[in-house]
Amino acid sequence: MPKLISRDGPEASSFVWREDGFTHIADDEAPGGELGQVIISLSRFQADGDRWLAEGRSVGVRLKPEDPVEGLAYDLPRLAVVALEFPKFRDGRALSAAALLRERYGYAGELRAVGEVVRDLAKEMSRCGFDSFEPSDGSTPEQWTISVFRFRHVYQSAADRRAPAFRERIHIPTAEG
Amino acid sequence: MYRYDAIDRSVIQDRSAEFRDQVERRLSGALTEEHFKPLRLMNGLYLQLHAYMLRVAIPYGALSSDQLRGLARIGRIYDKGYGHFTTRQNLQFNWIRLEQTPDILDALAEVDLHAIQTSGNCIRNTTSDPYAGATAEEVDDPRVWCEAIRQWSTLHPEFSYLPRKFKIAVTAAPQDRTAAKVHDIGLVLRRDRDGQLGFEVMVGGGMGRTPYLGTTIREHLPVQSLLSYLSAILRVYNRHGRRDNIFKARVKILVAALGAGEFARQVEAEWTTMDRVAVDLPDVELARIRGAFSYVRFVDASPVSSSLEAARRADPTLGRFVRNNVKPHKIAGHAIVNISLKTPGEVPGDCSSDQMDAIANLADQYGYGEIRVTHEQNLVLPHVKLDDLAAVHAGLKAAGLACPNVGLASDIIACPGLDYCSLANTRAIPVAQSIAQRFSMPDVAESVGELKIKISGCINACGHHHVGHIGILGVDKKGEEFFQLTLGGSGAEDASLGDVLGPAVAYDQVTPAVDALVQAYLRERRGAERFLDTYRRVGLTPFKAAVYAEAH
Ligand code: SF4
Repeated sequence: MPKLISRDGPEASSFVWREDGFTHIADDEAPGGELGQVIISLSRFQADGDRWLAEGRSVGVRLKPEDPVEGLAYDLPRLAVVALEFPKFRDGRALSAAALLRERYGYAGELRAVGEVVRDLAKEMSRCGFDSFEPSDGSTPEQWTISVFRFRHVYQSAADRRAPAFRERIHIPTAEG
Repeated sequence: MYRYDAIDRSVIQDRSAEFRDQVERRLSGALTEEHFKPLRLMNGLYLQLHAYMLRVAIPYGALSSDQLRGLARIGRIYDKGYGHFTTRQNLQFNWIRLEQTPDILDALAEVDLHAIQTSGNCIRNTTSDPYAGATAEEVDDPRVWCEAIRQWSTLHPEFSYLPRKFKIAVTAAPQDRTAAKVHDIGLVLRRDRDGQLGFEVMVGGGMGRTPYLGTTIREHLPVQSLLSYLSAILRVYNRHGRRDNIFKARVKILVAALGAGEFARQVEAEWTTMDRVAVDLPDVELARIRGAFSYVRFVDASPVSSSLEAARRADPTLGRFVRNNVKPHKIAGHAIVNISLKTPGEVPGDCSSDQMDAIANLADQYGYGEIRVTHEQNLVLPHVKLDDLAAVHAGLKAAGLACPNVGLASDIIACPGLDYCSLANTRAIPVAQSIAQRFSMPDVAESVGELKIKISGCINACGHHHVGHIGILGVDKKGEEFFQLTLGGSGAEDASLGDVLGPAVAYDQVTPAVDALVQAYLRERRGAERFLDTYRRVGLTPFKAAVYAEAH
């Protein structure tokens, strides 16, 4: 079974390997005989999603950067995974999509980064709300943990709920030094 | 000025460690150049014609004397003893070795400097008024808002991998010294009728191959909502800006495609649904930042300095320097001193390490330890007492920095061009040097008056030629360097894009052509008109005739 890098609990400050029970099913591919857990495209979900969910499958949806997350808003409670694709790691559209899913639509389920997923973006992805990763660069959970938590302070509030500098400063007197 | 606290310091130290790791992975072969390139660009590291170039951020163009000395030291150790100030108020080192960059970043961090987001498809250093906190014209100190933007935009998790680079300018004075209208976002601080501070928000300005002036999408945004509103703009852009063609990826193209009205509607929709309390700075943090900028305790000084007047009578070069390089200050008995980095014969924007040290020392002795960088590639001592002007002038003269040409024909903006840049079609620096030489006689330059000449070595327009009173653009014609001239551009509050004069001219014809343009202006000028005013009144015809006359 393939492995995912996954946050070791919702507020955890480390990442671990986790077995991935989901299979990515291409649009022209059958979903497999067992009632397996599948991740499918948005268009496949719109065509077959209701039926598969009714059969009792766990269904995840994989969005391309140009797919609007707004279209998924009402389905979010039924989804086991939302996977957002990075065709290139420098294509940051999925970062906005993740932030919207977490902050605007209140999605609390698994948010997975797929595509070109590299540790150099681990902190951005994690801060925008991703909590599981299919690394494409051979990264380990240990390396992932270092990359995500390398920065002792952050300036912005984001989906990861870290306290931004401007909140920390209210509690910490301004230190010169 | 704003001083970093422990939190600010930790961010640049951690960034330096992160980049060291990335460089090590590149040097070991674990990262390919294709993978490494966007990462190094995020940290201002370019591969140029002859070496790596490292671009250091100078946040909103403000430096302390210690920081300038730090730059001087780095220039000596890691470069050839100088640095180059850019049109984006940053500093570039041109002769850098990849394996040394982590050490350079550590050396920068020691003086609270860094190279974060000086390149790459992210939010770049904010441009601001080099006279901030010193000019009586401003309705508020723009640096307060620039610092707020600096923190918000630094390593922003959502907005660091945008379709293309993103530049913001903030100005608070009616005289725009930031070129706000040719930024992706231009912010102009104003008070409304009730005295409330707000920003006019302009989007979609920019230069490059398709220049646009920004369009106003909000007349008066309450200042407290700045960061949430910027976040809304960035989110619309990050999601919908084009990524299929790098020449169509700037926000100006999205604004033009949607129409400013529709773009504004999408931004407002995003903004009204956003959790603004989470994004906007609380009043205590704004007060903390504001406090950092009001620390200068100006000494009492008499509004007229008899010692300065006596020195001016004794030394006409001081008189000329005061006339052209010195501007009024908001506090009686003080002045703003511009330092030209355009001494004819020198490379525009270059400054040697020794000169940096000299300026830092003058700033300590006479200027409250502050230095500013202008987008016209000059430096500023923002707070100097009139009684000290003669001493400052003498100190600058000794360092070869007293050229009295600010705003005049020899104060030319030029990009690095073919001398350094791997994208260049033509040289730009020698063109600037040749024109500067032509107007090197101070009397000649002063009789011509304000004239902004801007030169770019290719269509990317780093030399801002679109907004030059005279713009010069290097083009390649069958392997030969040619130069297209434009007239009537302006990056100031009366912003406009220049009009093409006619066929491009050969390399050795640029200076004669500029000379012909100036002669035509002197013939046509009425009263105290600037070159730009005359051009706007009479149009292209007499200028065309003057330049192309001999050809017929
Ligand atoms: S305008 Fe062109 S030649 Fe000049 S610095 Fe920019 S990219 Fe290089």
